[in-house]
Amino acid sequence: MEEIMEILKELDWSPLFISLKTGVVATVISFFLGIFAARKTVKAAPGKKAVIDGILTLPMVLPPTVAGFFLLLLFSRRRPLGEFLFEEFGFKVVQTWLGCVIAATVIAFPLMYRNARAAMEQIDVNLVYAGRTLGMSDMKIFWKIVVPTAGPGIASGTILTFARALGEYGATSMLAGNIPGKTGTISQKIAMVIQDGDYLTAGIWVIIVMMIAFAVIFLMNLISGKKMKNIGRW
Amino acid sequence: MAISAEIHRKLNHFALDVCFSSKSRRIGILGASGCGKSMTLKSIAGIEVPDSGNIVVEGRILFDSDSRINLKPQKRNIGYLFQNYALFPTMTVAKNIAAGLKGNRKENEQRVREMVRKFRLDGLEDQLPAQLSGGQQQRVALARIMAYEPDVILLDEPFSALDMFLKDQLQREMVQMLEDYRGTVIMVSHDRDEVYRFSDELLIMEQGKIVAAGPTKEIFRRPGNKAAARLTGCKNFSRIKRRDSHTLEALDWGILLNLKREIGEDISYVGYRAHDFRPVWGERGENMIRFDLESSAVLPFERNYYIKPEDDTAAGEVICWFVQREKLEMMEKCGQPDFLAFDEDKILLLR
Repeated sequence: MEEIMEILKELDWSPLFISLKTGVVATVISFFLGIFAARKTVKAAPGKKAVIDGILTLPMVLPPTVAGFFLLLLFSRRRPLGEFLFEEFGFKVVQTWLGCVIAATVIAFPLMYRNARAAMEQIDVNLVYAGRTLGMSDMKIFWKIVVPTAGPGIASGTILTFARALGEYGATSMLAGNIPGKTGTISQKIAMVIQDGDYLTAGIWVIIVMMIAFAVIFLMNLISGKKMKNIGRW
Repeated sequence: MAISAEIHRKLNHFALDVCFSSKSRRIGILGASGCGKSMTLKSIAGIEVPDSGNIVVEGRILFDSDSRINLKPQKRNIGYLFQNYALFPTMTVAKNIAAGLKGNRKENEQRVREMVRKFRLDGLEDQLPAQLSGGQQQRVALARIMAYEPDVILLDEPFSALDMFLKDQLQREMVQMLEDYRGTVIMVSHDRDEVYRFSDELLIMEQGKIVAAGPTKEIFRRPGNKAAARLTGCKNFSRIKRRDSHTLEALDWGILLNLKREIGEDISYVGYRAHDFRPVWGERGENMIRFDLESSAVLPFERNYYIKPEDDTAAGEVICWFVQREKLEMMEKCGQPDFLAFDEDKILLLR
């Protein structure tokens, strides 16, 4: 017990904040991108749909290290895009917090996209038609009718996206590395201390992660449960 | 109000070729499921785009393939009542009604209040659609459409998902609610009672084509061809052989029918409605058929008899004869009639 108090007293909390910051930002980006992509796919013709869907879902199916490999190819400063981003805008991706966010977003995005899409495809197409004949713009129909009606699906997609982004390890370690205080996320911290044989510190971080995960899911269920109580699903 | 439409579109199993124009305020379109009547409505609303043709309402061109005009549904000012009403499930009644309004906040609130009063939705403004009864949902859907004053209202099978009791009640309400609406209403249905009750002018569709058009009552009296007669509810048909200008042989019934009116050269079927047979006891007269009873069915308010012409040489199908309750007493007193008589003015001569 004393040992645990000792460790807690001297614990470097930076992995917690880095992970949370990464998770939140990646979720916000995935939220909008995922809904946007879902909308495009739902509207696309069947053949085109299959191709787009395949590409967008790929990061979820591939091992994260493969995604990390591609991200490195793309963003390394020795590559055209990475060089361009650095020369023109001063953006460094590899070995930075930005890399954490990009890695987490790419890996978690398919969860948002797939959930949003499934929820949107469930929607009675007559709702969209009704909106059009009532003179509502397509933009208004989407944000006022489609998204709220698909609410429960989008909410669960958001939860899963956040959970996935929070725990991302493989792609993050390749693209952003594990720089303490900069890119050292909780997952990487746990892996690192385990390698040193420090199970106690690892255990503390494991408990912290579990508490965050449970709190988030509990909160989201509470919100979506309240809001969706009166809505008939069909 | 005047509406004219010519719609051509290739569908999976047939081609939709519809052409009509009407000045009537209440138009009905009758047809079996999948005959293209919904597609016709959706084309008028702009939800579906025809391959070619044109749609004009009150001189306003909504669609014209020749001059490449295709107004968006948003710009057509046409209301569409969906079969399931398509109320927005996450919006309250008041928000649903306001969904199509363009004015400022105050005007919109005023308009919503007006509609709530008119459609007897007081106290339900903050409810969600799922909390409403079927009748209330229909009123909200109509209020939502009427709120923005469309030129035309399209009703797509508005009653087909309802049970009998509710159906009658909602039909009555619908007629009342549309009473003071000045624009054109087009109703699509597969239920002949519904369109008969509702429309002044009727189009009958089969396999994407219009097979009969004209004043509703007139079409029910003289459908003109077999497809139209069947859709208006005629159950008995026979091929005919024309003997002379006033006599025909009903081949499937094995009898001769003598008519005072002239039988056109182009007539190839005769039709007779199941309710129109007159039972006869005793002497055989003109235009009567002797029959064998095949089976019968007892319904709450009528009895259905399925009979075969006695003449075996007739390749006949079963003939339906429906007897309403008040006439059944006579049947019970006198027993099975010897003959069934055809009344001249109820015989349908069909192409």
